[in-house]
Parts: sequence; C-alpha cells; structure tokens
Amino acid sequence: MQDQQSPLLEVEDLKIEFRTEGGAFRAVDGVSFTVERGKTLGIVGESGCGKSVTSLGIMGLIPQPPGRYVGGSIKFEGRDLLTMPARERRSLRGGRMGMIFQEPMTSLNPVYTIGQQIIESLRAHGMRDKAKARKRAIELLDLVRLPSPAERVDDFPHQLSGGQRQRVMIALALANEPDLLIADEPTTALDVTIQAQILDLLRDLSTRTGAAIVMITHDLGVVAETCDDVVVMYAGRVVERAPVAALFSGPMHPYTLGLMAAVPRIDTRSDRLETIPGTVPPPWAMPEGCRFASRCPLATDQCRASQPPLQEMGAGHLVACWRAPIEEIAA
Amino acid sequence: MTTPPLLEVETLTKHFPVGGGLFRGPSGAVQAVTDVSFSLKPGETLAIVGESGCGKSTTGRALLRLLEPTSGRVVLNGEEITGLAPSQLRAARRHMQMIFQDPFGSLNPRMTVRETLLEPVLLHGVASGNRASKWVETLLSTVGLSAHHADRYPHEFSGGQRQRICIARALSTRPKLIVCDEAVSALDVSVQAQIVNLLQDLQREFGMAYVFISHDLSVVRHISDRVAVMYLGRIVEEAPVDEIFARPRHPYTRMLLEAAPKPEPGLARREGAAQGDTPSALKPPSGCAFHPRCPLATEVCKTTRPEETVIGAARVACHHIGAATERVSAERPWPPALAARLKVLAEARTKTVA
Repeated sequence: MQDQQSPLLEVEDLKIEFRTEGGAFRAVDGVSFTVERGKTLGIVGESGCGKSVTSLGIMGLIPQPPGRYVGGSIKFEGRDLLTMPARERRSLRGGRMGMIFQEPMTSLNPVYTIGQQIIESLRAHGMRDKAKARKRAIELLDLVRLPSPAERVDDFPHQLSGGQRQRVMIALALANEPDLLIADEPTTALDVTIQAQILDLLRDLSTRTGAAIVMITHDLGVVAETCDDVVVMYAGRVVERAPVAALFSGPMHPYTLGLMAAVPRIDTRSDRLETIPGTVPPPWAMPEGCRFASRCPLATDQCRASQPPLQEMGAGHLVACWRAPIEEIAA
Repeated sequence: MTTPPLLEVETLTKHFPVGGGLFRGPSGAVQAVTDVSFSLKPGETLAIVGESGCGKSTTGRALLRLLEPTSGRVVLNGEEITGLAPSQLRAARRHMQMIFQDPFGSLNPRMTVRETLLEPVLLHGVASGNRASKWVETLLSTVGLSAHHADRYPHEFSGGQRQRICIARALSTRPKLIVCDEAVSALDVSVQAQIVNLLQDLQREFGMAYVFISHDLSVVRHISDRVAVMYLGRIVEEAPVDEIFARPRHPYTRMLLEAAPKPEPGLARREGAAQGDTPSALKPPSGCAFHPRCPLATEVCKTTRPEETVIGAARVACHHIGAATERVSAERPWPPALAARLKVLAEARTKTVA
C-alpha cells in the first residue's frame, strides 16, 4: 500500500507568506524535507529563520490572514494536508499529529486541571468513556514521569513547576498516540538539569512508541543529542540538510560552519569566539541571490545574483551554496 | 604582594518575607540569598552560575543595592556600600553599573540613544557640554555602533545592537565594576559571540571587573576567571574556572556540567543523570539543601549543613568532597573536514578585510 511506502511526513517546496501593512513577506520560502517513521529530524536556525513558522505550518496553526500558504505541499502519509478538508485535518491535529510548545505556562489552560485538559483531548478524539479517559490520563502522566500522577492529575497548571508543566504538555501531545510529534523549542525555557530529563524522556518515548519527532531548536547541543537528521535554515530557506553525524563532522555551508564555530564549548577555552559578521537581512529587503551572501567572505557575483539550489554533495548531505565544496577553493 | 580586592562581599543575605497577613496564610520568608561571601580583584571576572531560583540575580541586585540586603556587607573599593545613606549611594553608583538580560525592556523607548547615554554622564558629572557629547560618540564607537545611531530610538535597533547600547550606558560613567545579569542569554549564538568578545575587549581596555551572572556554562567557561556555583541561595562551590571544569568537587556542579548538551553527536554523556526539581526556597531542605537530589547523600547530609572547606584556590560546601573525581574532559579538536573549511573561511575573511 502507498501508506507504508511513502515517508511519514514529506514537506515539499513549502512557501508561507505574511501580509503586513508594509507589504507581503515570505517567512518560509521553498522549504523541503522528509521525516521517516521513528526518526527525529532537527530544524535549526537563529531567530527569524522561519523554523517556527514551518512547524506551525505543518500543524496548520498559521492564522489566516495574515498568513497564507502560497505554494508547495505537506504530505502526511502521502496525503496533502493543504488540500485536505478542514474537518479531517482538525482530527489529525492532536490525534495523529501532536505538538509541544516552548512555553508550558501559556500553552496550558490555567482554569482547568491538567487531568481535565488531557481528558478533553482524549474525548475529542474518540474516547467516550469518562472513567477510562481519566485512567488513561493518569497513565500518560506516569509515562512522562510526573511524580504521584494519581494525585497530581487534579492539580492546576500553576501548582506545578516549569519542568513538570512541560511534562504535562508532552503527556497532552502524546495522549492520542501520535505518529508525528512536533516539538518547538521544548526545553528552551527550562534549566539544564530539567532539560536533560525532558530530552531523555522524548528520546525514550520515540523508541518506545515509534513516533517520529520534528525538533525545532536553536541549540546545536540539543540537535547533536537527539536528532537523526538535521535541516539548517537561514532567512526562510534551507541552506543545508544532512544526517547528524555528517553535519557535525563536516558542515559544508558557510553559515553552518560559522554557527558551529560561534558556539562556545564547555570543554574548551579559546581566546576569542568566532563570530558571523553582520545580521540577517530583514524580510522586506531579501537579496536576489544567496541570502547569506552579504555575510559570507566567499561570496561572488554569482552568489549575489542568483539563488543556489540545494544540491547533494555527499550521502544524503545537501547544501545550497555556489561555492561548495569550499575546501577546493584555491587559497 | 597581592592586589587588594576591588569588591568584598561578606555573608550577604536577602530574605523576602511572604504571607503573614490576615488572609495570606502562615508567614515565612523566601530565603533567596543566604550568607554569600566572595571577593573580586580589579579587572577580574567572577561568574555566578546556577539554575532559576538559585539566587544569582538577587545576589547581583543586592550587590548594587537595587535590592536592600537583609544583612551582610558589600565593600567596593574600600567604601562600604551597605552602610551608605541614599545620597552617598547615588554617588557610589557611578563606580558600579549593571547590564540586564532583556535589551528590549531595559531601554526607555521614548529616549534617543544620545539621551540614554547622556543621562548618567551628566548625572554623575563625568563630563558636561561639548565634552559630554564627544564622550557619547566615543562610547558608541567603542561598542561598535556609529555616531549616526545617536539620534535613533531603541525600537530601530536589533537585539544585539540594543545590548551594545546597554553596554555603552554601563560604560558611560567609567565604572570599576559591572554586574552582567544574563547579559547574553537572550541573543542568538552568532550575536552572542560578538557581545562576549566585546565584553572581553572592553575589560582589557578599561580594566573593570565583571560579576557575570549566567546559567550557560559554556559562555561562563569562556569569559570568567573564577566561578561560583549557587544552589538555593548559597554558594556551594567556588574555584578558578579551569579547575571547576576539570575537577568539579560539588556533586551539584558535576550534575550541571553533565546535563549541558554538547554539540557533538554520539558523545557518551551523563553518567549521573540529572534528577528531580529544585525545591522551594520558602522551605529549603534540612542539612545540605542539595541532599534530596544528590547521588552521594548520606544521613549526615540530611541533618547537618556542610561547612565550607578550602582546598587550594577552591572552596566547597559538601560532606563528601573525597568522592570528587577528575572529570573526563571531552575536549577534542575540530573534525578535519570542519577545520579545513573553517580555515578557508578565515583566509577569505582576512583577504576581504585587507
């Protein structure tokens, strides 16, 4: 059957625009990637690169207007979400597709207990029996290792710590055993010791339930620890895509290289941190050619004039750079 | 001869009373900071690290008396800050400045950059008239902005640029001490690296000391000379930076180091995985406050708070210092392909500059 052969999620040439008073700008411009069952894909980039818009776009949570899908497709098991009837798409959301947001305080409803919120999601997706739903809610809280779940199920969000709230968010996202979990900076608001626990938990859950994860993050450490494949975004476009080991042992795009060198290392002390000079061009003044050209020391006239396509340079390693592989450039 | 310290902090304590009203339940106090002591030499950087609620920010604020300490002494340059009358305190503030985490919230949106920078300069009589204007321009170029930025408003700048303005403001009175409270935490990595380098350059040029408050151990490793680790309001370990990363003696320090994700896939990590949440500062656990989460905890940890032990240049408050082991440093060079490509980029960059 087609279902089994096609990848779980296939995003192709996705383009999302926002209309503002200053005109329309494209937050996501031609993004493509696939996610296989049971795998974790990382999307990394700095603020404004379009990684969160991409994730909201997949979930269908872009407010329209001002947002607008202007092209491409998002195929979930081979079926395009963008042409699917709204009702069907809604039943996928919170059902077979779950999402974890960055801010667990604002993403939980403060006036309902955490149990009620999980039960609501279970019932919305077909579990009619109230007692059964409650039992399942407690099971879920136990699964995410919330201490004494049978009592905490009646707590309100404000009675929990930040790490516990994030666990509840994960329980909520897992409630209907999703095949795809989208995690948008799931640990950014948390302390490192709590972050470590949540990352372990997510990895553990994906091995146990076979769910695929799309991990949106700005933190290369989180990527290295949790992901199988990585997409690097810059100014709304994918600049590099590779298996995690290949990306960290030999990144090819000058932006990825700059990013890796700019991260201070906990086990090394250098005299000076590498920086990437300049800033991301504003969305209303995107250059014609490669969007990184203004910050790239290797930029040529070709780079400034036309956009480089994403090309395969190694096994599963794709780069959008006219100058790659750069080590072959004569000094 | 040793240099006399610029800053001496003795048993600094800040408790916030809560409750006690008719409807507010039992009274108590959030023990945000308890008995914090350290000293700092001119031109030195002390990092204070710890997780949310450990009291690191409260310590920073109490140092400058932005929060009135409950007890303890702060001496800056021989002057006891904690004993000053309000007018004297205002004058003393010239020598101690602060940079905050949020470059959006800490600039007045209705003031141009020039007004923002002129205010402390005039208030503290650093310069006046034409010389003050000149100084503002010097400050802007020192932090990597230009004179034409002076008449713009904060909303016209990016996060990194705003943080530069905050740094310029902190520098404007030529302080001897700057407290940086998560000053680079809200910035993207490439911008963060620029600001960290700037802070280090400025320190070399002007010789001020930093108290660098941060939760990010990688940045701390890079910028500081010494590191103090706080847990539930107390310093549990303080040591020179290389020592604390190579030989963390307190189990909490070790837990923090292990928990930080490292940008190298496949790196075996986290021998003693992090466990549990930080308890409430309203009711800190008995004995050693870390004992409920500590893999080494024994009976004595539950009943008796460990005294500080001095070992060389380090001090640690733990009953089980003997259990400390050398940390396997994961330090390793860049993979060859990555190194080769970085070299190409660096060469191209020097060529474009030349």
